[in-house]
Amino acid sequence: MPPLLKVILRRTLLGLLTLLLVSGVVFAATQALPSDTARAILGREATPERLAALREQLDLNRPAIVQYGSWLGGVATGDLGDSLVAKQPVTALISGRVKNSAALVLLAALISVPLALLLGSLSGLLRDRGFDTVVSLGSLTLAALPEFVVGILLILLLATQVLHIFPAVTLLDPESSILAQLKMLVLPSLTLVLAVAPYIVRTLRASMIEVLESDYIQMARLKGMSERTVLGRHALPNAIVPAIQVIALNLAWLAGGVVVVEYLFNYPGIGSALMDAVSTRDLPVIQAITLLIAGLYVIFNLVADILTILVSPRLRTGLQ
Amino acid sequence: MSRIALTVRDLRIELDPSGIEIDSEVSFELEEGEVLGLVGESASGKTTAATALLNFQRRGARIAGGSVNVAGREVFALGKPQLRHLRGGEISYVPQDPGSALNPALRIGTQLREVLEEHGFGSSDAERRDRVDEMMAEVLLPSDKEFLRRYPHQLSGGQQQRVVLGMAFACRPKVIVLDEPTTGLDVTTQAHVLSTLRDLARAHGVAAVYVTHDLAVVAELADRIAVMYAGRIVELGPSHDLFRGASHPYTRGLLAAVPVIEGRRALRGIPGYAPRPGRRPVGCAFQPRCSYAVERCETEMPPETTVSQTHLVRCWRAAEVSAVVSAASDANESALVGGDQEALLQVKNLTAWYGSREILHDVDITLRAHECLAVVGESGSGKTTLSRCIAGLHAFKMTGDIEFQGAPLSRHARSRPVPIRRSIQYVFQNPYSSLHPRKTIAQILKQPLDIFFDLDRDQREERLAELLELVSLEGSLLRRYPDQLSGGERQRVAIARALAADPTVLVCDEVTSWLDVSVQASIVELLVRLQREIGLCMLFVTHNLALIRSIAFEVAVMSEGRVVEYGPTDDVLANPQAQYTRSLLADTPTIKGALSDG
Amino acid sequence: MSPERKKGPQALHGPGLELSEEVIGPGFENVSAPRAQGDKRRSEWVQLAHDAIGYRRTKIGLVLVLFVAVLAILGPLLAPHTPYEFTGLPYAQPGSDAVLGTDHLGRDVLSRVLYGGRSVLLLAFAATAIGSFLGITFGLVAGYTRDAVDDTVMRLLDVVLAFPQIVLVLLFVSILGPKVWLIVLIVGLTHSPRIARVTRGATLEVRERDFIKAAEALGVSRIRIAIGEILPTITSPLLVEFGLRLTYSIGLIAALSFLGFGLQPPAADWGLMINENRIGLIVQPYAVFVPVVLIAVLTIGTNLVTDGMARAMIGIERDTGAA
Repeated sequence: MPPLLKVILRRTLLGLLTLLLVSGVVFAATQALPSDTARAILGREATPERLAALREQLDLNRPAIVQYGSWLGGVATGDLGDSLVAKQPVTALISGRVKNSAALVLLAALISVPLALLLGSLSGLLRDRGFDTVVSLGSLTLAALPEFVVGILLILLLATQVLHIFPAVTLLDPESSILAQLKMLVLPSLTLVLAVAPYIVRTLRASMIEVLESDYIQMARLKGMSERTVLGRHALPNAIVPAIQVIALNLAWLAGGVVVVEYLFNYPGIGSALMDAVSTRDLPVIQAITLLIAGLYVIFNLVADILTILVSPRLRTGLQ
Repeated sequence: MSRIALTVRDLRIELDPSGIEIDSEVSFELEEGEVLGLVGESASGKTTAATALLNFQRRGARIAGGSVNVAGREVFALGKPQLRHLRGGEISYVPQDPGSALNPALRIGTQLREVLEEHGFGSSDAERRDRVDEMMAEVLLPSDKEFLRRYPHQLSGGQQQRVVLGMAFACRPKVIVLDEPTTGLDVTTQAHVLSTLRDLARAHGVAAVYVTHDLAVVAELADRIAVMYAGRIVELGPSHDLFRGASHPYTRGLLAAVPVIEGRRALRGIPGYAPRPGRRPVGCAFQPRCSYAVERCETEMPPETTVSQTHLVRCWRAAEVSAVVSAASDANESALVGGDQEALLQVKNLTAWYGSREILHDVDITLRAHECLAVVGESGSGKTTLSRCIAGLHAFKMTGDIEFQGAPLSRHARSRPVPIRRSIQYVFQNPYSSLHPRKTIAQILKQPLDIFFDLDRDQREERLAELLELVSLEGSLLRRYPDQLSGGERQRVAIARALAADPTVLVCDEVTSWLDVSVQASIVELLVRLQREIGLCMLFVTHNLALIRSIAFEVAVMSEGRVVEYGPTDDVLANPQAQYTRSLLADTPTIKGALSDG
Repeated sequence: MSPERKKGPQALHGPGLELSEEVIGPGFENVSAPRAQGDKRRSEWVQLAHDAIGYRRTKIGLVLVLFVAVLAILGPLLAPHTPYEFTGLPYAQPGSDAVLGTDHLGRDVLSRVLYGGRSVLLLAFAATAIGSFLGITFGLVAGYTRDAVDDTVMRLLDVVLAFPQIVLVLLFVSILGPKVWLIVLIVGLTHSPRIARVTRGATLEVRERDFIKAAEALGVSRIRIAIGEILPTITSPLLVEFGLRLTYSIGLIAALSFLGFGLQPPAADWGLMINENRIGLIVQPYAVFVPVVLIAVLTIGTNLVTDGMARAMIGIERDTGAA
């Protein structure tokens, strides 16, 4: 087997192991805590009959490990159980929500990643000049702000008090395509962009500065290379490598960050679905969504790892 | 007479933005095909001066004045495009560390070709490909496709340096600036790189400025030598004039500090350390370390004066210095005795691994009481592993025995009984990393005292004072932190820490390799004195064959994890048996030739 | 195990050269030349604080943090009303009796703002402290033992890392209910893998340095080496990490309150206030705007101070050769 394939396989297996442990945490946090899950869901006033029925439905009477096994078996075969509230399969319940969230996250990623790469590398290149000062302080400030604070400030600025350009809450028409209702997506995705981009900007700026200070850039200059060659061929490719991991991390973060942003804008995605499920204690939905979000993290990370190996000659050839 | 290739006039470099002087009044000329050795220790400003020849400074420093003329062109007056054309075209640069100067993400073929492309060398790709082949042949590297497709990390250090050397000669420049190009290399590799360089410079009439801290390296290579101290050239002249008639006390000091492989002489260090920019004294910067200094030296910077038409010096008392007997016979012979003491520590059939790789194979050595054994080898020879095994610091698998006073030693220092642990002490290679940066010197020295002895406060203070005196440090250093000390002072503290345990065996692992030559000599002086005064048994590990005659009665030469030659130092050096020892001897640069014959 | 996150381009180069020549980098420190002699330094964090305060951003950050902290701590003493009494109609506009108007139930916004900061500060600090303790412990153990223990610890922490922090809190809160101690504990726990990574990374670098080997050769016990030798040399990155985590803790705790999982009504709490009053954003923005701005000022302040420390740390690392 080619060494690269071997490494990818190894990493994938490790990712699967992490995923398995993640599912264990999800299950343990919801169904295996030393408390009466059924009573927690139904409340103090629940009748013994209803409690018994719920225990039956969730398999709570069987040993935890058996419950976990059958739940995991279901997950593996695409059966996430039935929602306790909506009384219908979780998969059917959240599939539309997943699409909405994906649209939001994708839009945010498509804007923030290229923008951040550009701002970050320029900022590193123009170190200590006016542009860099503005970008650095801006990203430092934005990186500090919790996403809901950014969101509310945007609402105040663009939807209520100052300007009235965009809707403050999302009212999606389920009949038409989400792309036809882009105006609804502007504020939520802008919030996500402002929450994510600063990290990528800061990473890229730092790595750009480090690369520009490196001996091989000095050497390229002393060899008489044109500035374009120095930057395009020697600096940028090396500076971007550490950003790959950070981008993956932030994309994974986006999947979680949607929770607050969707709640704030009342956006019908998995985040608000999770919030609803938590408040109604709809166990199967909570399990499904948290597992999905954590799974995304594992996958993004895996992809970033493999990409990093592919673009770093030292790592790639080190495999041989 | 050949033509002038490089003229430097009154070059001045400052820290930016503080304006503190790094280099000043640096002037010299170079003819085509001539090699100038620019020699200086750390903080002398030699590297900044070297890159200034290409009108380049790192962030934080700037060229503040003077002029550099390369092949008839004023470097500082050039616009960006012309400067780019000059760099790599007319004047090229070979950096200190080729491993970091080559772009890790680009194949070496790409990095070689881009120089030719950027400078418009050759009219077609085919022509440039031929030139790459030619270049590679000149630096004795293969030029096949497979090799050119390699990435820098797939080459050895020597190969990397050859690639950079080839790159520097690619466009047939007039001048080439080499900044300690062999620092990280083994002597064998260094010798090959040096001879390649010499041949190329001669064949193509290229003028070379060779920056180094090591006089021995340039002794055979350079036509002329400029000695730099604290940002100024303090002495400049033809090599043999300088070696045999050094007129500056600093040059004299350096010569006395350079170990000479052929003759045993006591090394003599220069007290103190070189001041860095911003902390240089008024008057002559060398005056605080100078035994010739008079009152005038403290107030007035000495001007450049001529010893002969080609020999310049910057010293008020140059005439008196020159009048003293020449540097070569300055040093006294010193005799080492030994060979008859009982065996104290024996290493038997020692085999050790690093991870899954076996790096020591069946090593046997014997340390005798009150004697010093030198272990000499290049990097990868296993010499440091051997010393760490003895000190109980080897973290991986090992087999065989290490016996101390006839009883086997535990592998790990921690599992050795306290008296044994106390008896074997270790001094580390790098004084910048062996002292805890957050502890005062007193705290550092107290640690072994507290572990090994039960002393009350007064006894401890007394012992601390005693230890500092033993290593010739002032008591006031006790309250300082390591980063307030110079490298030499730090290494003395590290030695004092080892002595604090009152050991019978002292393992010194390359203890001078991080230090300037002038400081290295005083550390060796110290160790020789300690061995004589306290009767220490010592294992002196080094890569520098030239050092051992000054300190060790016996020597073990190691190569690739084996002891290839073992015997009294004098015999081994005078009559080496192993092929490896012979080539090591031949490749070690020396100033002996420059000192004696003309 | 995923590769080290801390892998900049520098990690691709080998160790430094044997003879480092005049490093005229940004700091102009020369490795062979000693530091200023009169310069009395004690422990690393004192020096870090001292150096960090030299940056203007640190000063600005400190002023911002102190402003919010003083407001939160002394606020209850200055409040015109208790946070629970009804002083007017819901969403009353600012006027002479209520400087910032009233909230959705007709309580005085100013009073609730003055009372509502303590919880955020306290809970965020507690969560960061718990996370730091756990993270530093895990990181030191993983970094100093390596091999199997290291692998296991880091793999388990990877699992925690897979959950976005807020999602993990929601997961645990869903069955156990929104209890303050639980939230602090889980937020702390979610910080620990990140802090552990930094600690481990710094430990791995330090443990290869010779002064650790010197202590090992003297027979100093492992635990004393970890606490007495390694920890004091890695305080700078840990303090920077603490500042960073504190910033995020404030945001997380406030966000959880905002989502309704922090303090429960009728408590006065900035995050909760934002949630309660956002429906009236158009009518009476102050009940949302003021707490939002205070949270923003606080996090910006802590982040500025953290950045100042990070800059100071680079200087210290250069001086002591720790990097």
